[in-house]
Amino acid sequence: MLNKALNLNQDLFLEDTELKSGRDGFGDAILKLGGAHPEIVVLSADLEESVRVSDFKKNFPDRFVEVGIAEQNMASIAAGMALSGMIPFITSHAVFSPYGNWSQIRLSVCFSNANVKIVGSHSGFSNGPDGGSAESLEDVALARVLPNLVVLSPIDYWQTRRAIEAAVKINGPVYIRVCKEPTKQITTEKTPFEIGAGYVLAEGNDMTIFTTGVIAYEALEAAKVLKAAHKVDAEVISLPTIKPIDKKIIVDSAKKTGKCVSLEEHQINAGFGSAISEILAEEFPVINRRIGVNDTFGESGSYKELKDKYQISAHHVINTILRMLKEK
Amino acid sequence: MPSTKKLSKHNEIEELALIANNLRKTIINMLLEAGSGHPASSLGMADIFAALYFKILNIDPKNPNDLDRDRFVLSNGHICPLWYATLAERGYFSKAKLKDLRKLGSELQGHPKFGALSGIENSSGSLGQGLSQAAGMALAAKIQGKKYRVYVATGDGELQEGQIWEAAMFAPNKKLDNLTWIIDRNNIQIDGYTEDIMPLENLRSKLESFNWYVIEIDGHNIEEIISACNMAKSVSQRPTAIIAHTIPGRGVEFMEYKFEWHGKVPSKEQALKAVKSLASLEGRIKSDYD
Repeated sequence: MLNKALNLNQDLFLEDTELKSGRDGFGDAILKLGGAHPEIVVLSADLEESVRVSDFKKNFPDRFVEVGIAEQNMASIAAGMALSGMIPFITSHAVFSPYGNWSQIRLSVCFSNANVKIVGSHSGFSNGPDGGSAESLEDVALARVLPNLVVLSPIDYWQTRRAIEAAVKINGPVYIRVCKEPTKQITTEKTPFEIGAGYVLAEGNDMTIFTTGVIAYEALEAAKVLKAAHKVDAEVISLPTIKPIDKKIIVDSAKKTGKCVSLEEHQINAGFGSAISEILAEEFPVINRRIGVNDTFGESGSYKELKDKYQISAHHVINTILRMLKEK
Repeated sequence: MPSTKKLSKHNEIEELALIANNLRKTIINMLLEAGSGHPASSLGMADIFAALYFKILNIDPKNPNDLDRDRFVLSNGHICPLWYATLAERGYFSKAKLKDLRKLGSELQGHPKFGALSGIENSSGSLGQGLSQAAGMALAAKIQGKKYRVYVATGDGELQEGQIWEAAMFAPNKKLDNLTWIIDRNNIQIDGYTEDIMPLENLRSKLESFNWYVIEIDGHNIEEIISACNMAKSVSQRPTAIIAHTIPGRGVEFMEYKFEWHGKVPSKEQALKAVKSLASLEGRIKSDYD
């Protein structure tokens, strides 16, 4: 089922397959990049261990800047450093940055096209036990509306590493949405990643599931069950770059299947599914349903419990698709 | 007067005061042409800009991106008519461009945009962000082992923004002694007097308690401006804040001290009156230095 050309993890569906988190992917990537790029500097807003930059700090103490609990200051400081030739990474939980410092990201960073990389960890429900206030379900909306800002939402540990590496290669602001929860590895060290590219994770002809971020696993799980139990051949396309989005892969798949759903770990409004819907509505209108958090705040719970309760797990994707197939 | 001429030591202070007054005349004409903009603080900060760009800053308009140049960051972007007028006077770009302020397609945006124009070091407009940007530049200099200094001008009303105090905590903690913060203490903001709207006093003791080295000056006294900036260079292990007491609308008598002129432009008749008022200030400057 998995697209062989992408060198995906063949053990993905095994019970005991290894779990790793996006934030560890970021921590490992930035540590490695720190050696090769003396212009990289990491800014922390009192969440050093939480966003996995302690090793960077240990290895490059002169290029680690603790700003305290001051995300607005952090964003504008980073802009100043970027305009002075450095590559600053501002790191925090997504719910603090780009939320509390959106105006600074807009003016100090994006308006100047400053080379600042924004890492928003603990995104989606991955900070579940902390409750609704800590759950970042609006960050994609906040990020994708900003001109000049590239928005990345990698689907697992390895892709987070690749996304961070790719972000350093481009000169301009990038937001990288990062997951705290250890999740199954869809990609491997050998899986390609390019900013702006979407990827067909699994080919199919009956339906398309567009997805982004670590919730992509639920899309693949749904496709597996749909095939085995319902003889429905669903195509799964991941779009780890939400902006600029890969229009072609979206439209090509819609032309092939004629029925689409989008799955995201985010508010259903103004996020990833909205981006897909905008493109389909303008380029190739088809039957299309958005699956996401339905205009409500979250609550405390485990990652799995929250995905189930807020109806973004594989089970819900399967039900939505079966309903859609009956409608016609 | 050639725009990059060297000042002669002898009457340097007078020359700087006259440059400042010429900037004021330019500002009045720019605002008249643009039809909107912010005269009061633009006029009030002219002496400081003249001193910075013609005496203090280590800069070269012919090499505006030199990695070792001093940086000047403007936080209260609405006084950019003064910044543009100063940069043009200093030779960063043609004075002919000044008439395009706020016009469609112009490089002279209504608030400064980084990258739009030679000499513009940051984007501003939403108040409160410039001190942090400047602190970032100063920290970058420390990390990269560079010797340049960073100067940032903020308004006083914008000190009501919380981010200013985040940066005010940050810069002394990081020992940014290469950072000089000039506060335009003109006591006005859009809706009235700062002390009526949200008092800032005692500003000096607030900043000192944050571990800034604080100097208070008359922001229209060129010698005080220069000596404060020189003093800041000798301060070690902490940044310097210069509280510059200025007169909003300085030089245009009917605008002076009036918050109503924060963001209103003069009519044609008022502009003529303003230029006359500035001509009489020019006369006073010349007689002062006779």
